[in-house]
Amino acid sequence: MKNKNNEFNIVIVGTGGQGLIILLQVLSEAALIEKYDVKTSELHGLSQRGGSVEVHIRFGKKIFSPIVSASKANFVLALEMQESLRGCVFAAKETKFLINQFIRPIPLIKNLSEKEILFNLKKITKNVEIVPAEKICQEKLGNSVVSGIYLISYASFKNIIPLKPSSIEKAIKKIIPEKYLELNLKAFNLAKQ
Amino acid sequence: MDNILLNKPQKVILLGNEAIVRGALEAGVQFVSTYPGTPASEIGNTFFKIAKDAGVYFERSEKQGSSKRSYEGPYFEFSTNEKVALEAGIGASFSGLKTLVAMKNFGLNVCLDSLLPFAYTGSKGPTVIIVADDPSCHSSAQSEENSRFIAEAAHLPVLEPADSQECKDFTKLAFQISEKFKIPVIIRTTTRVAHQKMPVIFDELKSQNSKVQTGQFVKDVKRFVTLPPRVLEMKKELLDKIEKIREFSEKSSINKIKNQKLEIKNSRLGIITSGISYLYVKEILNELNLEIPVFKLGFFYPLPEKKIKNFIKNLKKILVVEELEPYLEREVQKLAHEANCKLEIIGKKLLPEVGELKPEIVISAVAKFINKDFKIKNLKLKINTPKRFPQLCPGCPYWLVISAIKKAVDVNQVIFGGEIGCYMLFGNPPINLQDYLSCMGSSVGIAHGIKKATGQKLITFVGDSSFFHAGIPALINTVFNKSNPLIIILNNQTTAMTGHQPHPGAPANSNGIQIEPIVRACGVKYVKTIDQANQEEMVKTIKEFLEKDEVSVIIADHPCVFVKSQKNEK
Repeated sequence: MKNKNNEFNIVIVGTGGQGLIILLQVLSEAALIEKYDVKTSELHGLSQRGGSVEVHIRFGKKIFSPIVSASKANFVLALEMQESLRGCVFAAKETKFLINQFIRPIPLIKNLSEKEILFNLKKITKNVEIVPAEKICQEKLGNSVVSGIYLISYASFKNIIPLKPSSIEKAIKKIIPEKYLELNLKAFNLAKQ
Repeated sequence: MDNILLNKPQKVILLGNEAIVRGALEAGVQFVSTYPGTPASEIGNTFFKIAKDAGVYFERSEKQGSSKRSYEGPYFEFSTNEKVALEAGIGASFSGLKTLVAMKNFGLNVCLDSLLPFAYTGSKGPTVIIVADDPSCHSSAQSEENSRFIAEAAHLPVLEPADSQECKDFTKLAFQISEKFKIPVIIRTTTRVAHQKMPVIFDELKSQNSKVQTGQFVKDVKRFVTLPPRVLEMKKELLDKIEKIREFSEKSSINKIKNQKLEIKNSRLGIITSGISYLYVKEILNELNLEIPVFKLGFFYPLPEKKIKNFIKNLKKILVVEELEPYLEREVQKLAHEANCKLEIIGKKLLPEVGELKPEIVISAVAKFINKDFKIKNLKLKINTPKRFPQLCPGCPYWLVISAIKKAVDVNQVIFGGEIGCYMLFGNPPINLQDYLSCMGSSVGIAHGIKKATGQKLITFVGDSSFFHAGIPALINTVFNKSNPLIIILNNQTTAMTGHQPHPGAPANSNGIQIEPIVRACGVKYVKTIDQANQEEMVKTIKEFLEKDEVSVIIADHPCVFVKSQKNEK
């Protein structure tokens, strides 16, 4: 799945408060565990307050740019369905989309339906998978806040990202504060099934 | 983040801003001051969080029986604004301490008045000033400022790191340069450097081992007093100093040339770049399998002119890759005039002056530069994506101010003044309560001007941190020069937008300075502190105050939801 420069490019999109920066931390720590060079780019401040958030992580033998070039993402993870469209500029035919089946409505304007979103995505790639992570985590763990951790674990178990589940697990243990660790490990294990 | 204090040489993933903190600790920093502002905020936040473990003290105790202040490790403070932060740093430096001051680009404007004389006096304790720019204004209203102007304006060395490793290494180097030449050194970052993460290789930590340090101000009128006619001698000394630093810059390994020998093979092309742009250039040369000589500048000022002249003298065409205004391109033009007047210099002809660079922008420019056809897939694909504006948090006390205003007045008949803080989101739909927006403290100053120029009704908002930062002189002006805006001070008891840092009204561990007595002392007669949860009182007072002939102030007193939850957790 890696491209010719032996690197892997991920773009994660979502909305402020969904914990995208924690996901970056877990993924970059896992990449470091596997002895990759790694770079990430994130934004703070205004974008945190319920606005659109887009973060990047790249790992491989040697990484220079912290941001993914247009059309160069191997994998786009969307924690919100409408936001997945903001990943399109980074995608090409081979790009895999993994999308949380969850819509956070935007007030006062016409929102896009799941059907409309998929129609648009398929202009770029057929490789789109929708996972009801929000629902699964709420039903099985009583808390949907770990949907992101569930989804990156899922991506690792399904070989969508070339990082071993054991590395993801180690990274979760290193990054997530004690208080929330158990819940996050449960989300990790849930993704195994 | 806890890893930041590890003392073994190893690789730790750090944010650019955290790497700056690590670099400062490795250099043995003794005094740190800042005012929060994205993308520089995490520098202060990190010092704040690691304070105890790093031996950072928030308050220094007066030694009993001695007039000297003493402390056991680096000192850290969130200052009232960037000018005061720098002045605190200047005082510490004059007293011989190793000092770091951090701010975002607009903070540089606020402290400019103190910075220029500091260049003249120079530093005594080595001093590093971090300034973070935000191309594309990801987290900045007001302007897309390029702080490089400061180099020529102040004659201060400016270093530009590209990644977290360089953030750490350049910070250490900046302390060394400052120590050697007795001059404050600026490190300029941009959002993509400050908010970039990568594994950083650590060196030994110095500050934990440092012994008890006491500063000492030794009187030296010739050095610290910028009174004419001495001030002109000082300027001359500063310019001489810069030429010496230029010699240092000529030899410095942070101004490095890659692939210099390739110039003949590749039809005499070259690239000059610095900071984040260098990383994009490297990425693209790999992508295109190109080997072109690349000059990466670590110093933006003073430039290693001889080295650049030497680099360009045999080239036919050069591409200058830089974000925003063409500062570097102009310098290269000047140098080419002497070294190679036939050189074709390309920069802003192919690269935008507005907005940050991205790899795909640089790749298109490089492809055109080498006359190669290169198309990026999907770039022109039109996909309708609904715009999602940032919003005030659910439960934000500002919602109650908005609802009171909408109940009290016809919003079409009133002008609403805005500025920097969470309340700048009042400008977004569905709120739409913002008719002008400028820098911190300006909402009150501009309100006075509008009131003097028109008879229109006006309500202006200023945050608590912003009021302390720059709002007070503007408030005094409305009293002194007699105008009658209604000023609503939004007191949520924290600097919320940048990540809930303390401010003079809400310090971490003690009672804050009260706003109402300050407003009264400024000469304001109509002032009321109201918890906006009391909507009836709020609506009534807005209506009443808007009819006054003199300036009136409502202090909307209700803590930020996050302040509340912090208190509840304790």
